[in-house]
Amino acid sequence: MSWTTADPMVSLKDVHKSFGELKVLNGVSLDVMKGDVICIIGPSGSGKSTLIRCINALNDIQQGSILVEGQEVNDPKVDKLELRKKVGMVFQQYNLFPHKTALQNVMMAPVRVLKQDKVKVEEVARALIKKVRLEGKENAYPGELSGGQQQRVAIARSLAMQPDVILFDEVTAALDPETVGEVLQTIKDLAEDGMTCILVTHEMAFAREVADHIYFTDRGVIVEHGPPETFFQNAQDPRTKEFLSQIL
Amino acid sequence: MKYETDLPVMLPLKRHQSEPFLGLKSKHILTVALIAIIGPCVAFAQAPSGQESPLAVLLNWAPLLLKGFIFNLIISISAMAFGTAIGAILGLGQISLIAATRHSSWFVTQFFRNAPWLVLLFFAMFLLPFEINVFGFKIPFPDWLKAILGLSLPVMANVSEIVRGAVRSLPSGQWEAAESLAYTRMQTLWLIILPQCVKRMLPPWMNLYSILTMATVLASIVGVSEVMTLTGQALASEGGRPELLAPFYGFVLLLFFIYCYPIARFTVWLEKKYAVIN
Repeated sequence: MSWTTADPMVSLKDVHKSFGELKVLNGVSLDVMKGDVICIIGPSGSGKSTLIRCINALNDIQQGSILVEGQEVNDPKVDKLELRKKVGMVFQQYNLFPHKTALQNVMMAPVRVLKQDKVKVEEVARALIKKVRLEGKENAYPGELSGGQQQRVAIARSLAMQPDVILFDEVTAALDPETVGEVLQTIKDLAEDGMTCILVTHEMAFAREVADHIYFTDRGVIVEHGPPETFFQNAQDPRTKEFLSQIL
Repeated sequence: MKYETDLPVMLPLKRHQSEPFLGLKSKHILTVALIAIIGPCVAFAQAPSGQESPLAVLLNWAPLLLKGFIFNLIISISAMAFGTAIGAILGLGQISLIAATRHSSWFVTQFFRNAPWLVLLFFAMFLLPFEINVFGFKIPFPDWLKAILGLSLPVMANVSEIVRGAVRSLPSGQWEAAESLAYTRMQTLWLIILPQCVKRMLPPWMNLYSILTMATVLASIVGVSEVMTLTGQALASEGGRPELLAPFYGFVLLLFFIYCYPIARFTVWLEKKYAVIN
C-alpha cells in the first residue's frame, strides 16, 4: 500500500491512551490532508497535547492506529527517527538549546541528523531566520532573546528539517501578550505557504482565522468538529457551547 | 550594587568593607599569621639551649617536605583524572536505557560512595599484587600506584553521581526537543545534554578534588612516602623533640591550606556565576 497525496497525511483511528489508571484519550479519530491547518481546542486536561505528542511518537498509545503518510506509528518496529524527520514539532516552552546561538540551533539538526552540507544548511538557516523576521539575531543565544523571539527560532529550527507536517503544542501559552501576535503571524505565513499544521491552541480568534477545520476535545474524546464558521456560530453539543461561552 | 535615584529617599545603610584578599578579611589573615608566629615562638621557648632553633630545623627539612607535598598533589591529580574518566562512564551507565547496565552502574556507584576512603585504600593496597606479569614482562606495581587506584575508587563513585545528577537536572524539554528533531540518543547526549551539564558539574567536581587532595595524606598510613610520612620520619630523625611537632605539622597544614583554599574560593565564584545565568 503506497501513500499518495490524495490520502490523509495524518490519520488517527480510535486512538486510546492512558497514563497508568488515568485514561487520557478515549477513541480519537481524525484525518488531516496535505496542506490542511487544523486546530484542536478544549479545556485543560482534555488530552489535546497528549494527542499531538502521539503523532510523532513522543507518547505511545495503547490501542488504535496512527498513520503518518500511510506509515503506522503504533508499531514497535516503526523507525521513530524516520518518522520524526517528517513530523516537526514546536513546544510551549520553546526548548531551544541554550548553549547554541539562534543560527546554530537552526543548523544543528540538518547538519548532524540529515548529514547535509554545512555551507548549504547555513544558507537555508539564514533564510529561515529572515523568514521568521529575526534577521540580525543569528548570533544571539536563546537567553538573550524574548519569549516570542525564542519561539520563532524554534519554528525556524523545526522548518530547517523540511518536515511534511508541523505540530504546534500551545506555542503561545507561555508568551507575554505583546509577543503572541508575532508568533501567530509566523504560523499564519506558514499556513499560507501550504504547510500542513496541527495546532493545539487557546487562541480562538486565531483558530477561526487560519484553521481549515476545528476539533473540540473534552475528556479524551472529540466532542464536535467542523469548519471554523459553522463551529463557532453553530455549535451543537452543550459541552462545546459551554466552553465557547466561557472563552469568547 | 548601585543605588541611583533623584527622589529624596534614604539609601540602605552599607557598612564599609575593605576589598578582601582572595575573600580573606584582615582578621582572618591575622589569625593565620598568629598561628604561624606563635607556634614557633612556643616551640622556641620550650627548646633547651644549645640546640638548633625549631624554625631553623624546619627550614632544613622544608625542601624535602615540599617534595613530599608535591607527591601528594601528583597522587591527587592522577586519582582525580582516573576516577573522573571511569566515573563519567559509570554515570552515563546510570542513565542508560538498558536496565542491566543502569542497575549495575547504580550498584557500583552506591557501593563505593558509601565506603570509607581509608578502607578502600587498604582494600587496594592489600588486594592488588605488587607486580603484574604481562607476556613474561614483570611490571612492578608500586605502593603509590596502588594508592592512586585506591583513592580513585571513591572519586569514581562521586563523579558518577555528579554526572547522573547533572543530566537529571536538565529540563525534560531538552530531551523532547532533541527527540522531535530526530536526534539519536547518543547524539542527544553528546551534542545537547552533556555540553549543558559541564557547567553544572564543575563546582561539585572541584569540591570533590579539594576533598581528595586533603585525603591523600591517608596514603601515609599504608606507607607511601608522601608529606605526612616524610614529616614523621623527619621528626624521628631529629630525635623526637616535642617542640618540633607544632611547627612541622603546622607547616603541613599551611601547605594544604594554601593549595586548597583558592580552589574553594574559585568554586564559590563559579557557583555564583552560574546561579545568576540559570
